[in-house]
Amino acid sequence: MMHAVAAIPPFERFYEERKDEIFGYLARMLGRQAAEDAFQETFLRALRGYGKLEHGRHLRAWAFTIATRVAADARRRTVPSGGQLEEIPVSDERPAYAELVDLAGELPPTERAAVVLRYGYDLSYDDIGTALGSSAEAARQASSSGVRRLRKKVTS
Amino acid sequence: MTVPDQLDRRFREAAGAEGILDVAYDLTDSPIGQLLVAASPRGLCRVSFDPEPEREIETLARGFGLRVLRSPGGVDRARRELDEYFEGRRHEFDLEVDLSPLPAFQQDVLGELVRVPYGHVDTYGGLAERIGRPRAARAVGGALNRNPVPIVVPCHRIVGASGSLVGYAGGLERKRLLLGLEGAIPQTLVD
Repeated sequence: MMHAVAAIPPFERFYEERKDEIFGYLARMLGRQAAEDAFQETFLRALRGYGKLEHGRHLRAWAFTIATRVAADARRRTVPSGGQLEEIPVSDERPAYAELVDLAGELPPTERAAVVLRYGYDLSYDDIGTALGSSAEAARQASSSGVRRLRKKVTS
Repeated sequence: MTVPDQLDRRFREAAGAEGILDVAYDLTDSPIGQLLVAASPRGLCRVSFDPEPEREIETLARGFGLRVLRSPGGVDRARRELDEYFEGRRHEFDLEVDLSPLPAFQQDVLGELVRVPYGHVDTYGGLAERIGRPRAARAVGGALNRNPVPIVVPCHRIVGASGSLVGYAGGLERKRLLLGLEGAIPQTLVD
């Protein structure tokens, strides 16, 4: 029998494996307070869609995609354009560029999502493109322009 | 960043309240040890002794669907009735059970088993006869051994022809305690 490489886990396991990093991501995108409502909405949407999944590949990227959409909806409702977010102190282990992630709250939403997903959570540009509803190339551009903007800020 | 407990609880309750779970479950303490109690939208579908939640969750997902979540609200009523049973205040469970993933023979056996009243015992052979399969006592034993909802579907009330307890998936000690609680066997056998 073939080994089921990408079997879909029971929702409980998916939720337990993803909840902390999704909450951290939402906190970076929206601030701690708004992240609480967005967290519940993200996993309710995931639960509603869970029965329709056809395989278990890319489940992590799928969770970030839903969170990104929920964050965009929440921002449309609450944060006035140009509004800045509090900086979130985080304790996750992160790769280099981590300091850029901490500053990313000052970026416009799309660049912020691209920088945080790339350098905070190590998602591929393909997956970030999916999360942002754009292409991998557009995700790469959003991320580099975000990084350039932050470097300018840091060095000026 | 760790999700605060209160936020985690709120999500689990909201998921249960929305009615989109295939199975809601929770862990609960009882005089015979921790139990995992699970319900599908059609009824109680699992009571498990010495539960290993990881494995139980996989089994539940295979039987009922992937949307399995620990959500205490979904099993509140079952937990309350079990508490009352262990306190000796409840002799009959007023709960729907969902045996849908089981083979027809096992459903027949368990369906007949719920008629054995509190405080009484019957034999494997007696149960086989009552489902019209008088020579299937051994198969009846197998069906009881794999009963997914023990206590509520009372396989502990079935004993050997000689009156010996024979066996129990949760261990003979538990069978003895349950029958002792119901007054079905003399207290001297319980200790």
